[in-house]
Amino acid sequence: MLTYVVNRVLLMIPTLIGVAVLTFFMLRVIPGDIVEVKLRADGGSVTQAQIETERERLGLNRPLATQFADWMVGLVTFDFGLSMWTGRPVAEEIAIRLELSMQVAVMASIIAVILAIPLGTLSALFKDTIVDYAIRLFTIAGLAVPSFWLGMIIILSLLLFFNWLPPITFTPFYVDPWANFTQLIWPSLAVGWRYSAVVARMVRSSIIEVMKEDYIRTARAKGVYERLVVMRHAMRNALLPAITVIGLEFAFLIGGLVVTEQVFNLNGIGRLFVQAVGRNDFTLIQTMVMLVASVFIIVNLAVDLLYAVFDPRIRYG
Amino acid sequence: MQPQTAEAAAPRVDGAGDDLLRVEDLHVHFVTSRGVVRAVEGISYSVRRGEIVALVGESGCGKSVSSLAIMRLLAKPAGRVVGGRIMFEGRDLLTLDEDEMREIRGRDISIIFQEPMTSLNPVLTIGLQIMEPLTIHLGMTASEARARATELLRLVGITDPERRLDQYPHQFSGGMRQRVMIAIGLACNPKLIIADEPTTALDVTIQAQILELMKDLARRLNIALVIITHNLGIVARYADRVNVMYAARVVEQGTADDVFLRPRHPYAIGLMRSVPRLDRPRGLRLETIEGLPPNLLDPPTGCRFAARCAFRIDACAQDPALREIEPAHRSACFRAEEFSSGALAEATTERARGRPDAAVSDAAPILGVRDLAKHFTVSSRSVIFGGETRVVKAVNGVSFDIRPGETLGLVGESGCGKTTVGRLVLKLEQPTSGAIEFEGRDIAGLAGPELQRTRQRIQVIFQDPYSSLNPRMTIGQIIAEPMLVHRIVPNAKAARERAAELLEKVGLFAYMAERYPHEMSGGQRQRVGIARALAMRPSFIVCDEPVSALDVSIQGQVINLLEDLQREFGLTYLFIAHDLAVVRHISTRVAVMYLGRVMEIADRDAIYAQPLHPYTKALLDAAPVPDPLVERARAPRALGGEIPSPLRPPGGCVFHTRCPIASEECKRAVPELREAAPGHFVACIKV
Repeated sequence: MLTYVVNRVLLMIPTLIGVAVLTFFMLRVIPGDIVEVKLRADGGSVTQAQIETERERLGLNRPLATQFADWMVGLVTFDFGLSMWTGRPVAEEIAIRLELSMQVAVMASIIAVILAIPLGTLSALFKDTIVDYAIRLFTIAGLAVPSFWLGMIIILSLLLFFNWLPPITFTPFYVDPWANFTQLIWPSLAVGWRYSAVVARMVRSSIIEVMKEDYIRTARAKGVYERLVVMRHAMRNALLPAITVIGLEFAFLIGGLVVTEQVFNLNGIGRLFVQAVGRNDFTLIQTMVMLVASVFIIVNLAVDLLYAVFDPRIRYG
Repeated sequence: MQPQTAEAAAPRVDGAGDDLLRVEDLHVHFVTSRGVVRAVEGISYSVRRGEIVALVGESGCGKSVSSLAIMRLLAKPAGRVVGGRIMFEGRDLLTLDEDEMREIRGRDISIIFQEPMTSLNPVLTIGLQIMEPLTIHLGMTASEARARATELLRLVGITDPERRLDQYPHQFSGGMRQRVMIAIGLACNPKLIIADEPTTALDVTIQAQILELMKDLARRLNIALVIITHNLGIVARYADRVNVMYAARVVEQGTADDVFLRPRHPYAIGLMRSVPRLDRPRGLRLETIEGLPPNLLDPPTGCRFAARCAFRIDACAQDPALREIEPAHRSACFRAEEFSSGALAEATTERARGRPDAAVSDAAPILGVRDLAKHFTVSSRSVIFGGETRVVKAVNGVSFDIRPGETLGLVGESGCGKTTVGRLVLKLEQPTSGAIEFEGRDIAGLAGPELQRTRQRIQVIFQDPYSSLNPRMTIGQIIAEPMLVHRIVPNAKAARERAAELLEKVGLFAYMAERYPHEMSGGQRQRVGIARALAMRPSFIVCDEPVSALDVSIQGQVINLLEDLQREFGLTYLFIAHDLAVVRHISTRVAVMYLGRVMEIADRDAIYAQPLHPYTKALLDAAPVPDPLVERARAPRALGGEIPSPLRPPGGCVFHTRCPIASEECKRAVPELREAAPGHFVACIKV
């Protein structure tokens, strides 16, 4: 098991190097750079000399190979450099947003799992009855309604019915848990609905499959209570595919919540990403891509390890 | 165990009071998208306390469905009991509410399913699965249940039960899992156990172990046993009374002796004759029941067997009732009395006209295999820690010759390497070492166009007619494709014509070329597979378990077809199978394999009449024959032990762990295959 984990962690290295190379060169292929955006955006008259000076300062006029070597060395030493726009360290820029995004992702995941497992199971057990139709309506609506639109509805409802708005500024959890909760629960709900819909549909189809298995028939033939047949015999087998979906969705939430963050005025990774791309802030974009890639890889590893926990047939080593 | 005497099995007067279970006029329907399938139509039978009753019939005859109906475990919502009663200890199970029924399941009635590989929950421990009915029905505490579970595992012959309780199903072999299923079935001391094809998925020596165990336990604990099977040998060996089912109905019912020795329904008679048998001189040609069972979506009126029956009369257009012909012996045939009086005996006992064996020349072998080996490596690789590599010696030093026109039967249990030998001969696998000489040249190292040419000469018929035909291609395309690939016909039109011709050759019709595989029955698909093989005009065909997925009556038809084609085209067969009776019927010579090695090879008659190797003897001994008198006269037997894992084969003679005559010496020396009698080779130092 340990061998397997070490192996997988080592295998992350070539994957991440691939991501780094691709990101670096793709950004360099795009026309324009941060200096033009910064100095020419507002229509101000700047001389070519000024632009050159700025490029010089940011190191953009160095040969590509040098820039690339610089970037790779930075990666290895965890020195990601300064944001070309703000001039502050990239790590710092990301860190303050990552906390918030991570928290929304975790809360949305909790909401999704709490909703999805019972809903998906009920839907499967009452397949093709009114219960199933109602749950499927709920899940299809969850997939169809955009999270940002739901977010706006939530905000407007809170204002209309309770004459209250969630706090605008971010309070870290360890500073004031309640204030933190009242701010982040709403975006988590808005995102969690879609998330739970995806997971619930997965749970539904996998429970339907598992309930057809021979060992379910065996359990019934033993006279096991139907409740126990579902909880003990079916669920553990059926949750395996759901874990994969939960993992992928979770990874997506880190950095994928562009519009929802906008709606709730959250300063998260998604928004930072869009800003960075809009400004051609190469150092920031590169590091964020590496971050998201790492999250995906780590989540995938975690999912694989969870499989081994749930399924005794899977033993890594 | 006491031998079952004819007396004990003799019929008593049917007294309802004795009956533990009485199924009365049961009707089961399945609602499908194509209509209502009448899976069971008015069957009635009874089971007395402590008795072993068999339900025998081919796939789709309703035998499993009727047993699931007893447990009320039919797949919902498609399956429904639409009529009849199921009386168990005076109560109609069909009128109980769900909770009352749940209390009966596992406590009074247990069921053992066919597939031990999928019938146990993979994520729960064996212990939990055995303890579940104990805690639910008997209210045992966890520690009481665990003690009982340990006892049960010991009872079903699993060693080291304490440790095994904490293991998961994937750590058990198929035979061991079936023992666990039996332990679960026995847990609450039920009054009735239903065993639905309990050994169909198991090897023949393991099958014998499991059946002996079940019979022994049922007799000792006075448990009634309903065995559902298609295997007539099992029925003859274990059943007191037999119900023969055909197309959703019971067609004959009686004691085992009555049904086997004095069958009174033409289907039962045909069934007994269409199986190749080890206990009878080999017939020249198998008798078969021509045609197919009716489609239960739209069954014919009148007798359902009429369309395939040689004794059909006008009255058969009416429904024949199941009626008593002799005391406690019932048949659903209008002419049953004529069978009794012997009026129809002449016609039925006449063996089909046969012909002598295909002429086997003394010519040079068409295929010679020398010291063939195929090793598979199973490795767990690691980036930095290095990898541990283990080797499975699937085939290890196999040699044999096949002369033109001959059929070499290759038998053995699962994992013995027989299929790998077939794949090596077909060049689907590259041998690790050894030579394969075909038509005078070594083909082991062939590649490219040379290999392509050889492939035309060596064709294959696969085991599973369901998955070996491409479902998106028509039958015509499937047969024509290899002809076009190898350019043995000039154009597509010629290929079509030849495909039509081949279809007729294998007993199908030219118009079937337009059909898709799913529109055909298993037997018909296997004929398509044969036609495809013949399309290349091969001289040699590897038949890999070509009939083992087919029903008994269909199996006979396909075997006869293979023999006819062999004679007509001068074909040579390598016939791979696990069924000893089938192999005896078709083969001229037989090779027995065990764990990658050939144990014995000899002419068919020599190997069956005087088997020399203890493994061959055990195999022959383990196979039950469809005659209750022969079976009763035999001592209970079962080769002990499991087939060792090919990853860790025993040293010395690979068979020594299970061999009844093994000595110290056998653990050391690997026995060479040597000629013990002219043409009779055996790999055993004790012979």
